[in-house]
Amino acid sequence: MQAVKYARAGSVEEAVSLLQDGGDTARPLAGGTDVIVQARERTRDINLFVDIKHIPELISIEYSADSGLTIGAATPCYQLYGDSTISELYPALVDSTSLIGGTAIQGRASLGGNLCNSSPAADGIPSLIVLEAQVEIAGPNGRRTVAVEDFCTSPGRNVLGDGEFVVKLHFPAPAEGSGARFLRFIPRNEMDIAVANAATQVRLAADGTVTWARVSVGAIAPTPLLVSDAADALVGQPLSEETIAAAAAASSAAANPITDMRGSIRQRVHLAGVLTERTIRQAAERAA
Amino acid sequence: MVTAQSQPQSAETEKYNVIGTRPIRHDGVDKVTGAAQYGADLNLPGMLAGRVLRSPHAHARIVSIDTSKAEALEGVLAVITNADFPRASDEVIDTGEGTAQLNWVLDNVIASDKVLYKGHAVAAVAATDHHIAEDAIELIDVEYELLTPVLDVRDAMVDGSPLLHESLYTGSMDGSKSDNPSNTASHLQFTKGDLDAGFAEAEVVIEREFETSMAHQGYIEPHNGSAYYRADGTLDIWTSTQGAFVVRDSVAPLLQLSPSQVKVTPMEIGGGFGGKIPVYLEPLAALLSQKTGRPVKLTMNREEVLLATGPTSGTYMRVRMGAKRDGTLVAADVHLAFEAGAYPGSPVGAGAMCALAPYDIPNQRIDGYDVVVNKPKTAAYRAPGAPQSEFATESVLNELAEELGIDPIEIRMKNAAEEGAQRADGFTYGVVGNVECMTAAQESPHWQSELEGPNRGRGVAQGFWFNIGFESSAYAQVNGDGTVPLVLGSTDIGGTRASLAMQLAETLGISAEEVRPHVVDTNSVGYTQVTGGSRTTFAGGWAAYETAMDIRRQMEERAAVIWECDASDVTYGDDAIIRGPADEDGNDQQLTFKELAAQLASTGGHIVGRADVNKTSSGPAFATHIVDVEVDPDTGKVDILRYTAVQDAGTAIHPAYVEGQMQGGVAQGVGMALNEEYYYDDSGDLKNASLLDYRMPTALDLPMIEPIIVEVPNPGHPYGVRGVGEVPIIPPAPAVRAAIANAIGVHMSELPMSPRAILEATVLEE
Ligand SMILES: Cc1cc2nc3c(=O)[nH]c(=O)nc-3n(C[C@H](O)[C@H](O)[C@H](O)COP(=O)(O)OP(=O)(O)OC[C@H]3O[C@@H](n4cnc5c(N)ncnc54)[C@H](O)[C@@H]3O)c2cc1C
Repeated sequence: MQAVKYARAGSVEEAVSLLQDGGDTARPLAGGTDVIVQARERTRDINLFVDIKHIPELISIEYSADSGLTIGAATPCYQLYGDSTISELYPALVDSTSLIGGTAIQGRASLGGNLCNSSPAADGIPSLIVLEAQVEIAGPNGRRTVAVEDFCTSPGRNVLGDGEFVVKLHFPAPAEGSGARFLRFIPRNEMDIAVANAATQVRLAADGTVTWARVSVGAIAPTPLLVSDAADALVGQPLSEETIAAAAAASSAAANPITDMRGSIRQRVHLAGVLTERTIRQAAERAA
Repeated sequence: MVTAQSQPQSAETEKYNVIGTRPIRHDGVDKVTGAAQYGADLNLPGMLAGRVLRSPHAHARIVSIDTSKAEALEGVLAVITNADFPRASDEVIDTGEGTAQLNWVLDNVIASDKVLYKGHAVAAVAATDHHIAEDAIELIDVEYELLTPVLDVRDAMVDGSPLLHESLYTGSMDGSKSDNPSNTASHLQFTKGDLDAGFAEAEVVIEREFETSMAHQGYIEPHNGSAYYRADGTLDIWTSTQGAFVVRDSVAPLLQLSPSQVKVTPMEIGGGFGGKIPVYLEPLAALLSQKTGRPVKLTMNREEVLLATGPTSGTYMRVRMGAKRDGTLVAADVHLAFEAGAYPGSPVGAGAMCALAPYDIPNQRIDGYDVVVNKPKTAAYRAPGAPQSEFATESVLNELAEELGIDPIEIRMKNAAEEGAQRADGFTYGVVGNVECMTAAQESPHWQSELEGPNRGRGVAQGFWFNIGFESSAYAQVNGDGTVPLVLGSTDIGGTRASLAMQLAETLGISAEEVRPHVVDTNSVGYTQVTGGSRTTFAGGWAAYETAMDIRRQMEERAAVIWECDASDVTYGDDAIIRGPADEDGNDQQLTFKELAAQLASTGGHIVGRADVNKTSSGPAFATHIVDVEVDPDTGKVDILRYTAVQDAGTAIHPAYVEGQMQGGVAQGVGMALNEEYYYDDSGDLKNASLLDYRMPTALDLPMIEPIIVEVPNPGHPYGVRGVGEVPIIPPAPAVRAAIANAIGVHMSELPMSPRAILEATVLEE
């Protein structure tokens, strides 16, 4: 590990100026479960860690029926899945946060970190996408908001500019009849990076018609994908073997993966479909 | 001292006081409190931190190495390359579980003219702290001329393949060498009967090809090596090793020192499984210390462990087996090509001897090829060679059983090798527990149970491993309070302090807790071979037994002094009571061990019992495993639902540790079966050199493994011990393969049978 400087930001403004002054080699530090490993292995050149965990806004969970859910970007996973509102209304966030790493990692790891690390295989991002998260970014020019599906640009890269970092994630309150599910496929039963992962949110009318849907698939393209063709295959009719198969086929068609030590192209294309199918079925169960 | 809750002894061990019970291991408290000193825990005044520069290429000629910038860095005290070592000859040295040419040992420790695998050490530095050492290796400029990497064992064997070593010729068993240099280092062949006649007699013949990947032992503690070269020319080494004497006898010639100048202190070891027999860091630390005059510590990180220490061989194997309709095996033809890694010395010989070992097949031919490829030099890994070769043969046997409609345990019983059976390599069995394991498996609750549900299947397989004996040394003193410190040369990986202390205690008639086992350095105990080959509880047990017998004899002599009689009139009983002739008044004279211990000082001084043994035979081990799996046909993932491991332990000295060995072996075997593989890209870059992507099973991937210990005592041991550590890694892969076939009707032809491989053999089949 190289020698690094550490600064604890007390406010959003202080963090912005520390990051701006630090330039390219300054990095926000949330849980550190990605970035400290990268520094140790020297895969990222880092001179300054700007610890954002001590900014009160960054560790927070707020919900109201009008404005929906807002979470601080550095809120650790265990606080998210331990929150009764989240587990009742946003079970897909529980799916993601309770499976990232293990208990020790979940004590530190955050969804903001998961998003900003921008791995194609991140287990938080598909859930954020299907839950329509809006990403609130602070920077030298004040604040701006970006839809989460537009946030990641390529493996390890995203829309954040110099001095910018993510403050909060906003989610609309779930509409009546909604259900969401996240699943990933790994060869073992724990401690692995997704070969493929997927999330689906569906909204069912009283007669069972799918009125709205979102499907996201990860680890099958340079960034986690919002697969609108999969959603289109579902919306406007009740769920059936045919619509589910069509949605699964749409995810497979959208997949543009690589072959690596975690999986082959053909395996990932296939799994994109399998996981789409499974998340649709299980999201619908939760919606009912 | 804490003692374990007692559990009943087995029928076989009821006759003993200590053997067959489950005392708390003597080293347990230090291990659970963190007090135990592992290799990396060593810190000496003035100690320097070392770091190794490793090759980014799988196959390249080293054109030049410029260390000047690294040497100029503040805090760097020495930089070494292969050129700083004395020239090594091609003399052959004992490397623990095999032999090797000294120059190849050196070249593997630090590359000379060529790098032969990604991660091959090229240079090493010593600096005042490890940050500086890390910076320093980045300042070393190495110019490489890239060569074509040879990554597949079959490609490597083809005439015209790029050569790893211009000086390597194929050796045969008759001592002859090939005319042209080759990547095939040796060819061996064992035959028995008449192969063609055997196949002519066969009514059913099955032939299959298999490929298996390199797999790593996956011990938790990374390698380490510390050294201090003193001004008087003596060298101290501290390292986590399976064999301190092998480290001594490898490092000494590499530095052109005599073994008497080198003292090796084995530190506590966090797993080895064969992989901690070869030297990697110790010679580098020694030379860096020689250059700097200060102690130097080198440690590997996990990536280095996976890249540059010794996994077991990847293979290509082909097996043809013929049987009669009634299941009688009549002929078997086995072809084994094993990757040795960068230097000769794969375990293909052992694999060949084991391949058909559980069965009495009249006509056999087994060919083995030891082949160098641009991957790390393989090392021993738990029953080296056997998990591969027996995967191939057991798999074909399972398919024969299926084809013939014969129960897989029945076909094994019908052909089982028993006392007097001779293997193709010439070895003839004495008393073995082969059939006894099969019977116990048939009677097990698991085999008796029904397996229900879709995509579920059951498989069985047999396993055989020789076990070895050889040299062990021990001594023990008797304290005045009747306690007995026992000094051992065997490093303790699997609970051998306990198993050896128990055998000494049994022989003396005292409790396990009254014995205090200690593992000491090479100057403080007699020559002891590595902890490996499942030999320690067997051969070390012999040494403990002989040590106790020496104490008994000396105690009889002391009692004779007290009773003023002839020592031959005194007997030391198994109940630890020393009885003499009646006294003048006709009363029985007797002393307990404790009472006599208290009188040693006054009857001539304290005593020490000692023994050195060299056992050229041992007790072979057999195992039968049963596994139930469920396959997810959409993802290809295999879940292990239930696992039963039956094994002949001879006599289970400490049953809990025997069960632990069985369960640990199964865990590793299941790892090889399902997910563990060295994943290379075309350039020879190992893409999964981390425990994230080198997928060993976790606790959530295995059910509780149910052990059933069978005890067919080994007549070649005072307590009937057979080695137990290795055989349980052998049956899992073929048993899991059979279970997968039973579940989804597909016979896999490769290891690991990963989700990807299973999908490619089913829904994604091209
Ligand atoms: C053992 C282990 C297991 C893991 N298992 C999983 C897994 O199963 N699934 C999975 O998806 N991941 C896994 N991870 C990766 C990691 O834990 C997650 O990605 C985690 O969510 C990262 O969060 P963090 O708060 O620790 O991020 P950090 O490491 O603190 O930050 C990650 C990156 O984001 C930047 N960053 C952090 N917060 C912000 C912010 N608010 N604004 C701008 N930039 C920011 C950092 O500078 C850094 O570049 C694992 C990691 C380990 C060590």
